[in-house]
Amino acid sequence: METHLIPFLLINLAKVIVVVVIFLMSVAYTVLLERKLVGRIQNRWGPSRVGPFGLLQPLVDGAKLFLKEDLMPEAVYRPLYILAPIIALGCALMSISVVPFGSDIKWHGVQLFEISDTNIGLLILLGITSVGVYGIALSGWSSNNKYSLLGALRASAQVISYELALGLSLVGVVLRSGSLRLRDIVGVQATHGLLSWNFFGGFQFVAFFIYLMAAYAETNRSPFDLPEAESELTAGYHTEYSSMKFAMFFMAEYGNMITVGCVATLLFFGGWTSPFGNLLPQPHNQILISLLSIFWFVIKVFGFLFLYIWVRGTLPRFRYDQLMGFGWKFLVPVAVANIVVTSFCIGLRLPMQ
Amino acid sequence: MHLALFIIFAGLCVAGALNLLLQRHPINSALSLIVVMSSLAVLYLLLGAEFLAAAQVIVYSGAIMVLFTFVIMLLNAGKEERTHGSKLAYIAGFPGAAALLGLLAFIFISRRSSFGQARLGEYLATTSDLSRVLFKDLLLPFEVTSVLILIAILGAVALARKEH
Repeated sequence: METHLIPFLLINLAKVIVVVVIFLMSVAYTVLLERKLVGRIQNRWGPSRVGPFGLLQPLVDGAKLFLKEDLMPEAVYRPLYILAPIIALGCALMSISVVPFGSDIKWHGVQLFEISDTNIGLLILLGITSVGVYGIALSGWSSNNKYSLLGALRASAQVISYELALGLSLVGVVLRSGSLRLRDIVGVQATHGLLSWNFFGGFQFVAFFIYLMAAYAETNRSPFDLPEAESELTAGYHTEYSSMKFAMFFMAEYGNMITVGCVATLLFFGGWTSPFGNLLPQPHNQILISLLSIFWFVIKVFGFLFLYIWVRGTLPRFRYDQLMGFGWKFLVPVAVANIVVTSFCIGLRLPMQ
Repeated sequence: MHLALFIIFAGLCVAGALNLLLQRHPINSALSLIVVMSSLAVLYLLLGAEFLAAAQVIVYSGAIMVLFTFVIMLLNAGKEERTHGSKLAYIAGFPGAAALLGLLAFIFISRRSSFGQARLGEYLATTSDLSRVLFKDLLLPFEVTSVLILIAILGAVALARKEH
């Protein structure tokens, strides 16, 4: 290790705290955004009483959830009932740790805009996603409630099935960039702005749509929100949870939404690079460069969150057999075809070695 | 740093394995197995096998153990009942296990020189190194293995299919 241990640990601790605080704040305000937008879609105002435009609503909601009584039903299996929301939120928070938010700027040898820069960033994300299922599965089982159990079973089956399509859709991007490091994947797309993004220039739009649909299913969001289908399962896997434990599931869901948006931005839309490429003059000021990169990143992630909420406000829920058929019979074959076509193109373009 | 991490996760691994045997409820055993798998992934990472570590988490702690817990939840398996094993197990089992362990330890120690050495955090096998070996030097065995797995999948489908 080149840097000294103590400053290294301190800078990293500071980074972790800043990222977690910003992440949780953006989770809170994503909830507000969702309520406002869905309100507009349904021709009503959404929250508007607390603060200007309802902007203080998330804080009030948080305080309310903290003050609520933490009910513990008699028949639950206690250790797992408590562990489940911790796993769910823990995985949601962990996955943000490998996401790079801005350009490659180092301070005292430590990457500023990313908690940890690893060679296998993409695989770590997939690994955390696959472990995140336990939060939902265990919560449903330990609640000792048939609705919870059904919701949990649906969620696990859905997540396992769509994980396959998700993983396969990323292979095309990895083939194009030849690396699993998220910074390298963005670096490949950085040269010509919009034209070199994987979505446009890389012809990975098929992969992008597969990723998007699989990610909606992975985060249990509408139109794949069968695990918590109110009309059939009251509230699905978190029926028995109240107060902060419920809030942890809620935060995990929105946190996963944000992470999915970040990953889609990094993999398909050039991450923090500007869509104009070199058309606009590059600023020479380091601070300006980093602010611009953060600006583009946030704008793109915001676009994904908007899309999420828009889809939720427009599309009806899938039926369960449609969900499984769609995942296995449509998304997986299309993803495999995308891999074949992409590798053919790359193979033809490469000079013979 | 590496040594501290190794001690923590090796301890966690052993504790998880013991807990797996001692727990009576199948879901607790399954969860301890997840702990074992995940701490093994950290040990791989410490030895520099980053792809293997990620694959361990994705495949073992993720996919396979989810299926385990899934089955346990579906069957709603109850608590395991303790049976008093036969006397023979106590008389022959413990000395047998001890003898086997002693034999293994003896062989490992006496043949130590032929194993080669690995130090924590010294060597890093990147994903591209691994893929170069798999897809260039060992292409045929790799492909044959994947065909073998494919056959196993087809066999499972054929067995699970309902007769018409």
